Amino acid sequence: MNLPASLTTSERQIGIGLSAALALMGLAMAALARDSVMALHGTMALVLGLGLVFRLGGVLYDAPPADPDRVLRYDDGPTRFGIWMTLAWAMVGMVAGVWVAALLYWPEATPPWPATSFGRLRPVHTTGIIFGFGGNALIATSFWVLQRTSRARLADALSPWVVLIGYNLFCAWAVTGYLMGATQSKEYAEAEWYADLWLVAVWVLYFTLYMRTLARRAEPHIYVANWYYLAFILVVAMLHIVNNIALPVSWAGSKSYTVWAGVQDAMIQWWYGHNAVAFFLTAGFLGMLYYFLPVRAGRPIWSYRLSILSFWGIVFFYIWVGSHHLHYTALPYWVQTLGMTFSVMLLVPSWASAGNAIATLNGAWGKVRDDATLRFMFVAAVFYGLSTFEGSFLAIRPVNSLSHYTDWTVGHVHSGTLGWVAMIIFGAIYTLVPQMAGRETMAWPKAVEWHFWLAVLGTLVYVIAMWNAGITQGLMWRAYDANGALSYSFLESVQAMAPYYLLRAMGGAMFLTGAVICTLNCRATLRASRSRDLQNDRPLVAQAAE
Amino acid sequence: MTRTSDPHDLPGADPHTGNRLIDPVTGYDTTGHDWGGIQELNTPFPKIAAIALLLTFIYAVIAWILLPAWPTGRDYTRGLWGLDQGRMARDGYQAVDTVRQGWLTHFTTPDFAALKSDPLLMAQAMPAAARLFADNCAACHGAAGAGGPGFPALDDADWLWGGEPETVAETIAIGINAAEDSRVAEMPVFDWLEPADRQALATHVAALPKGEAPADSPGAALFAENCASCHGDGGTGGLMAGAPSLTDDAVIYGQDEATILTTLKQGRRGFMPAWNQRLTPAEVNLLALYVSTLPEAKP
Repeated sequence: MNLPASLTTSERQIGIGLSAALALMGLAMAALARDSVMALHGTMALVLGLGLVFRLGGVLYDAPPADPDRVLRYDDGPTRFGIWMTLAWAMVGMVAGVWVAALLYWPEATPPWPATSFGRLRPVHTTGIIFGFGGNALIATSFWVLQRTSRARLADALSPWVVLIGYNLFCAWAVTGYLMGATQSKEYAEAEWYADLWLVAVWVLYFTLYMRTLARRAEPHIYVANWYYLAFILVVAMLHIVNNIALPVSWAGSKSYTVWAGVQDAMIQWWYGHNAVAFFLTAGFLGMLYYFLPVRAGRPIWSYRLSILSFWGIVFFYIWVGSHHLHYTALPYWVQTLGMTFSVMLLVPSWASAGNAIATLNGAWGKVRDDATLRFMFVAAVFYGLSTFEGSFLAIRPVNSLSHYTDWTVGHVHSGTLGWVAMIIFGAIYTLVPQMAGRETMAWPKAVEWHFWLAVLGTLVYVIAMWNAGITQGLMWRAYDANGALSYSFLESVQAMAPYYLLRAMGGAMFLTGAVICTLNCRATLRASRSRDLQNDRPLVAQAAE
Repeated sequence: MTRTSDPHDLPGADPHTGNRLIDPVTGYDTTGHDWGGIQELNTPFPKIAAIALLLTFIYAVIAWILLPAWPTGRDYTRGLWGLDQGRMARDGYQAVDTVRQGWLTHFTTPDFAALKSDPLLMAQAMPAAARLFADNCAACHGAAGAGGPGFPALDDADWLWGGEPETVAETIAIGINAAEDSRVAEMPVFDWLEPADRQALATHVAALPKGEAPADSPGAALFAENCASCHGDGGTGGLMAGAPSLTDDAVIYGQDEATILTTLKQGRRGFMPAWNQRLTPAEVNLLALYVSTLPEAKP
């Protein structure tokens, strides 16, 4: 982590101050904590804060970076750190995912400790992937894309580090808390109240940094990718705050209770839950797609007008559709109808994005054939189209009566997260990492090819197994015999899952293997860095003269 | 920025011709923007996308007209079909339940001999009973009723409370140690016995099913003194006290010495839920009849 290199002496001093404040906060939490979860989290903050104090203090009076160079270059240190964290969390989240998938097939293999029970490991998987892997990739690439499409350096050198380190502390707090049994019991928002508050502070800083940098842009217009990244930052802040309003039992304890109750709680939870999919796992990654795909293909975006339609369509329609998670529940029918109809209207803007991406490859199909990196992004666009169609389809109420509560939902989510989100992340990483290393290619170009096929095969095995599993479950659960009795017991539907659960674990293991190869490849590439050619990588010189 | 229709003023336009860069692959001009090398084509909005968008809007509007859709303050638009999901769920359930009650009502009166002798009724009822068993009982008693450590087997001739359908129905309905009117079964704690005595007892009890327990050993004396009041002389069981026979090798916790020592030290208090809170009397009787046939059904 090359944190201090780009910081001036005064920025290092501020950094030490912030780190010391973090250490003090951690000390206070650890000292006052009434439960072991908060005590551990306080200790983590204390250790991190002290570590940063020493890291910065050790180089406090080293020569600061030469001034013209500092301002004329893009600030990619935070992106590099963010990519490392992306890969680290990929390992954590995917290992946990394969582990819990295996537990579903071999439930007897559950180790005897509470921390390794399915219920605690499952949120480690979801948080590790969505927030750890996805979130770090979004933040890291957003800094990279923002600077290049604005032709401006990040507005200051310290805040990107605070954002990334703070964000990863949130992820680590969340995941360690789950292992100890601390949870708000809200899906994808399990982290407890002080972690949520901490994330709000980090997120506001992230938003401020983004806006300040955009304000410095040398381009007259704001590129599409930045619209999406901004929508991601803004809406996630709104969702996170509203869904996580809670009252702690004690200021010195980790347990809290949400202020929402009953069906309102369910509606707010799924308004959050679905828009976490929409604005975390879709809007942000569309920003990634809109930058890395044309850059890698060397082609202009196919249609600016289609970009506009899909952006505003997605942003407007998505916010309404959360209620399709609550079909046939205590939620009033009219709310369900609105969720269903807006889900269907969402399809065309979603497909417009996927179509725009694929049409952008016109004239570059030879590259798609030869370049596994571009193929990652092509497959991502295809899976984005597939899973958004599936999403609109599953949101139709009668279809949902078959699919709801089955593994079809799990399959749908994974066709989005494996096929779309992870593929576009890997495409972005394979574009970014060689550039950061000042190289033409990754250190092991062949390994990218292996990773691609492992990822595609793993995704297909996973998704097809879950489609079969879900439809089988749905049909078994609703079948009555001629005498008005259920045709199958629930137990039989569980037993019928065995082959699919085994296949799912195998598909996940393939995907994990590919990600391990990617991590090793990135490590080898960054270790073999050459000095970077800065000719094409320079913010406007006019910017420096300000 | 002033709006202009003069192509010469468009961003990226050639100042002489007013044309913008034409993409050789698609033949479209660019918008003239450039973001660190990324350009965009000015491709017109595809007609098919507009039509598709319109179709989804039409679908939505039709759905809003037919179904409950928009809030209107304290009320909401009911939709032309006048659907109510609560009523639909009730109607759907009743349609199935009417068919089911056609035969299930016969089970309200627990005349098991008569029920069993009606082959048509049994053909309708037994598959349903099997699913009822799998959904409610199998989690503890096993899918085929084979039991497991702590949970009695239902497919053998050994019963703690009696295997006639009437008795089984009673056990299912009121449970064991579950509610006020449940059957009560409690093996007291014998940790106050000397370890050596507990060991002697355990050796004696472990030998009972094999028929090898000597009648004049210290273990036998201890048994007569402490255990026989519930388990009966010689350990043949005292059904109404819920004390199992110790001679038939069917003790649910196991009858090896180590397990017996644990049982003596900690006591036992088995549990079975009272299903009359969850199942109807007819369903309880149906299950009782099914369970009482499990030993016969065992291959």
